Amino acid sequence: MEWEDPAIILRRSPHGESSLLVRVLTRRHGVHHALVKGGRSRRQAALWQEGNLVMAQWKARLPDQLGYMTAELVRPTASFLLDHPLALSLLSSACSLCSEALAEREPHELLFAALTHFMGALSISAAEPPVALYFRWELILLRELGYGLTLDHCAVTNVRDGLAYVSPRTGRAVSEEGAGEWKDRLLPLPSCLLDDDDEGDPAAWLSAARLSGYFLQRAVFAAHHRPLPAARDRLMTALYRRAEGGTSGQDEEERV
Amino acid sequence: MRISPEIETLISRLARLPGLGPRSARRAALALLQAPETRLQPLIAAMQEAARSIHTCPQCGNLDSCTPCSLCADPQRDPSVICVVESVGDLWALERAGMHRGRYQVLGGVLSALSGQGPEDLNLAGLMERVQSGVVEEVILALGATVDGATTAHWLQEKLAPYGVAVSRLGHGVPMGGALDVLDEGTLAAALSSRKVL
Repeated sequence: MEWEDPAIILRRSPHGESSLLVRVLTRRHGVHHALVKGGRSRRQAALWQEGNLVMAQWKARLPDQLGYMTAELVRPTASFLLDHPLALSLLSSACSLCSEALAEREPHELLFAALTHFMGALSISAAEPPVALYFRWELILLRELGYGLTLDHCAVTNVRDGLAYVSPRTGRAVSEEGAGEWKDRLLPLPSCLLDDDDEGDPAAWLSAARLSGYFLQRAVFAAHHRPLPAARDRLMTALYRRAEGGTSGQDEEERV
Repeated sequence: MRISPEIETLISRLARLPGLGPRSARRAALALLQAPETRLQPLIAAMQEAARSIHTCPQCGNLDSCTPCSLCADPQRDPSVICVVESVGDLWALERAGMHRGRYQVLGGVLSALSGQGPEDLNLAGLMERVQSGVVEEVILALGATVDGATTAHWLQEKLAPYGVAVSRLGHGVPMGGALDVLDEGTLAAALSSRKVL
């Protein structure tokens, strides 16, 4: 049994003295565990970093075995982000969510493509990371897991414009007019989740984080009696700090 | 042939050490048992002495026979510069380089969301105590160039910001004697992004 597939490294843990147990998200084979012989060696250590895009080769005698993995580096995402705290938080959060929310060996080609696109954008603009794009990716994750939100029209008035809230019960969008007296009970829907060209601001990112976090927690993690991953919580803390202090990535770099 | 249970136990204990597998443990055990006076007994004595006298320094987390450790107690070392490392092995590596003349803090790990290692698992008390005392002027974050190492460095930088100490990190990039065409893409990318003007 053998295959080759593009993969994003989600998690690595030491195995013995020089090997690694890795968890990767592949395009056609979903989340996969594998043993990497010599993965902690000087030659391979830079390759097996969380977030890196690789061309992975997996080999095992039987399909249900752990198997061995080797890889060629395609894009060293982690290397581009080491100096950028918010970009690192986004990367860790995306890897943690994939690692903990997705079932093993279940293909999610759309999610893989969206994550590859996000990681590419993150590598290019690490100093000003694409936060809105990240939260749009979280909505894709929810959809891939079967809990997609309906954000194209209002659940009350059926209009397609002026959507401002999401019902926490049904996950359907509600317009300002349709919300009426119930708007205090609804989750704010920032425009950056609806418009691909809208990069949003720290306040909008926080609204987006609360919205997707609410549904991830309720639909995905609560079902397994688990909290959201610690990396997702750290991302929230970083966004709160951004919203309160307004420090840019550049400011944080200059503080070093 | 059946090996005596005492020798089997010795081999299995040795095989658990880093760098030794069952085969090399068997060779080491044989070498020890064939020269009990010159190899086995001195090794036993050295191990007993180390177990009795070596402690973790309460201030920096280093391993030493005195408390505080010889690095913390050395008046020749600059107390205003603290180098933060992940493990005692990293401290020894920096001491071998002989460039750092300040003091150390051994964290005992790094923040790792995926492995569940949080701030409460890091040995930070000694560092914060020294920073709060006002003696420290610079903290060098000598942590690994990994996602977890960088995350820990940023977290520490924020934690130290209110105290007004300068926080720096090690450079990332091309190793001494390294030719560019044999370097991996990740190291090259890190080297390019942390280039400096000549």
